[in-house]
Amino acid sequence: MTDMRNVQAEAVGTTQVAARPTIQVVPLKGLPIVAAVVVFVIAAIAGNWLWALTFCHVVGGALWTAIDLFVGLIVGPILGRLSLPARAEFTARFMPKMVLLMPTLVLMTLAAGFQLALKVGNLSPASPNHSWLVVSYCVVGVMAVIALGVLEPANIAVLFEMRKPEPDGAVIATLMRRFVLTAGMTGVMQVATLIIMTRVATQ
Amino acid sequence: MSAGPAARAAPAISRRFPPVAELTTVSLALVVVGGILMASYAPRRPPLGVPAALAVAGAVLLLASGYLLARVRPFAWERFFLVFRWALLAYVISAGMIGFAFVKDHIRGAPLALVLVMLLIYALDVPLVIAFTVARYSSPAGHAGSLSDVSRRA
Repeated sequence: MTDMRNVQAEAVGTTQVAARPTIQVVPLKGLPIVAAVVVFVIAAIAGNWLWALTFCHVVGGALWTAIDLFVGLIVGPILGRLSLPARAEFTARFMPKMVLLMPTLVLMTLAAGFQLALKVGNLSPASPNHSWLVVSYCVVGVMAVIALGVLEPANIAVLFEMRKPEPDGAVIATLMRRFVLTAGMTGVMQVATLIIMTRVATQ
Repeated sequence: MSAGPAARAAPAISRRFPPVAELTTVSLALVVVGGILMASYAPRRPPLGVPAALAVAGAVLLLASGYLLARVRPFAWERFFLVFRWALLAYVISAGMIGFAFVKDHIRGAPLALVLVMLLIYALDVPLVIAFTVARYSSPAGHAGSLSDVSRRA
């Protein structure tokens, strides 16, 4: 009886899989771009190359901040009001990109930023920016714990759930709620980062 | 811990697990705080007492969550290790890059050793919490459909 149910479930599942977009948890096409970014950041740090460090920090930070704000405050609430099939289709196409994009941007921003601060003397206790940087470490630290401990696991778990022949809607809804909530929290914290970084750049 | 066919079935969402993700996230938070304390002294040599205590506490919590996880039956271990090893690769690269920056900036001796220990904890914490979150909603090999609630003892 159980075997028969499984066979039926598999048959139904096959049809469902064919109808749904294929989900790749890690988009393999993006890996060479990530590798190139990592190599570029390492080269910038190794060479203590001012332009490259500034580029990595500013571009990475701007994208990280903008994406966090946009996803948390604009996309998240819209996603919550979509129909279930529309939400599932959007999630299937959107989340794999976030798996590669966000960790790469975070790594690029933080690694280049620390080296840049050291190079231009902002880390020195005598610098007027020192205390602002320590505050930014705290903000980034909270965001890192939320992102790495809650947001990213939820992101990846949603993708694995959606790859199943019969995804559990309740699991996806719970994880997506967690994803959108934490993206909103980090988005709001990014406002603090914007204030701190514009202070640092103008002192 | 019975997992027999007569065990009470529960959907994946309502299965309860030991606080593996919570302990691992607190462990991560402790090493992040330790890292912030050390970074706030850069480029000077930081006092190591508090960061070392935070690293030890982080390691203890990581071990505790590993111990609790190892006792979970049934569990989608195959899925867990699949995700864990790829996430580990990604976070070892990430930790390696941060470690490289510290070495490049002439951090040496005990501060470097402490940073490396913290990075090791970080590189294990994140894959553990990701793999656990994925595997907790997956069916263990040989199971189909609902699973027994592992939080309820037979």
